[in-house]
Amino acid sequence: MPETRLGERAPREVLLDVKDLKVSYGAITALKGVTLSVGKGEIVALIGANGAGKTSTLRAVSGMLKPAAGDITLKGERVAGLKAHQLVPRGLAHAPEGRGIFPNLTVLENLELGAYLRRDKPGIAADLKRCFGLFPILEQRQAQPAGTLSGGEQQMLAISRALMSKPKLLLLDEPSLGLAPQVTQTIFRILREVNGEGVSILLVEQNAHLALELAHWAYVLETGELGMEGTGKALLASEEIRKAYLGE
Amino acid sequence: MYEFIQHLINGLAVGTIYALVALGYTMVYGVLKLINFAHGDVMMVGVYVGYAVAFLLGREAMGGLGAALLVFAVSMAACALLGFVIERFAYRPLRDKSRLTALITAIGISFALSYGFQLDFKVTVGGAEVTVLPGAAARRFPELIRPQEWLVLGDNDVIIWNWQVISFGIALALLAGLQVLVYRTRFGKAMRAVSHDHKVAALLGIPVDTVIAVTFMLGSALAAGAGILYAIKDKTIQPLMGVMVGLKAFVAAVIGGIGNLPGAVVGGLLLGLCEEFIVGYTASSWRDAVAFGFLIVVLLFRPEGLFGRVQAEKV
Repeated sequence: MPETRLGERAPREVLLDVKDLKVSYGAITALKGVTLSVGKGEIVALIGANGAGKTSTLRAVSGMLKPAAGDITLKGERVAGLKAHQLVPRGLAHAPEGRGIFPNLTVLENLELGAYLRRDKPGIAADLKRCFGLFPILEQRQAQPAGTLSGGEQQMLAISRALMSKPKLLLLDEPSLGLAPQVTQTIFRILREVNGEGVSILLVEQNAHLALELAHWAYVLETGELGMEGTGKALLASEEIRKAYLGE
Repeated sequence: MYEFIQHLINGLAVGTIYALVALGYTMVYGVLKLINFAHGDVMMVGVYVGYAVAFLLGREAMGGLGAALLVFAVSMAACALLGFVIERFAYRPLRDKSRLTALITAIGISFALSYGFQLDFKVTVGGAEVTVLPGAAARRFPELIRPQEWLVLGDNDVIIWNWQVISFGIALALLAGLQVLVYRTRFGKAMRAVSHDHKVAALLGIPVDTVIAVTFMLGSALAAGAGILYAIKDKTIQPLMGVMVGLKAFVAAVIGGIGNLPGAVVGGLLLGLCEEFIVGYTASSWRDAVAFGFLIVVLLFRPEGLFGRVQAEKV
């Protein structure tokens, strides 16, 4: 499929710039050269089928995987090859696939670990309050082991914990996975709110409809390569996308 | 009754030592899911470092508080360094390989230390002979604490020695320090996060490699402290001493539930008491059989150990 661009992207300052990113697991190539960018204040979605390389892209950006080739620039700094823990102080937070909460620690301890690198106690307390404001259920359950939360609550915790590091860019991997539609709605509403406060979001999502509704710009990933890209609205309206990803 | 009290005291004394060594096993298992079979031998090295320091201080210095503190401090620092080196060069390169590879490496390091120390290797530096490796012969550990009766009950029926009390105090202080470190500090929080999941811990900004290295250093330093206490109790040292103590401490850690810190302490104390009572009321040849028999019984009824948790996962 030839690469096509639908719609105009609003001019913006580039926060994350990924150029020709290649990732392989042993002999298997997961990404054959992915180029994408996230602007300041943008929500960018990465959609695609299972195995297209969405999660690998996020992992390479956040330092969980070492890219085989390509450039990753965050706020003008080249960060490809840095380890995951070195990217957190540079303003990146990644809520990984499967949520990755610590089941035996309490909700509060999970959130505190999100702020591990921060020393500003008043700031941490304020952000904790903010998270409890976004997801009141977490405040009620703060003393409970996180493993006892429902799937939706765990996803809320994973997002809140990522926010506790005060990121400029939030990477989210399948926040809707396994959740009831209503819970997903809540989470996506809050993502928009968080974005409104200036946090840029790079979202990987199988639920293309939801993702495209939320995103300012979206990329379609097909077996390790980029296909179409465009504004969420334009992609939602595209015949091709509707057939391939929206099941219409 | 007196006999019972005496066995209780002896059991607690051995038990605290097992507990300290068991903590090292359980901490390393916590962060790496690796049974560090070289742990007991690291303890043995600590004992020899302590021996060397005591030897350099001379016979006159023995019994003094300063000398004892210096022996503990140098020995614990040396073992922390040894733990760091072992982790950095033996285990870290294997982190992404199968766990069996690291386990076999651990057994290899255990052999390298316990048999390496049986070599008799001296060098002559500027006319003076310096022992590098001590050789296989057992040596008498200097009297770091001059034995005095601390409490005598009945007609010499129960004797509690000052070194037993001091050992117990030191062990409790080390345990308390560790407890504070793990549950009250930022580093402790990082350690617990790493023990749950390396990848997620890294995503939160926790430097996983550093946390693992420091955990090894802490465990090794605790082992050195425990080793010196053991040497004070046993009075003789030899290069294979770490093997059995290490194995017993491993048993204690498994009984308590490997990966669980309070479990290691309880396991150590239980094992020490169990051994002393059985030995006291039957024959000393039962000692090792008791330890491993106890392990089998516990594992039959609680395979995850007394305090271990079966992880329930929710999707």
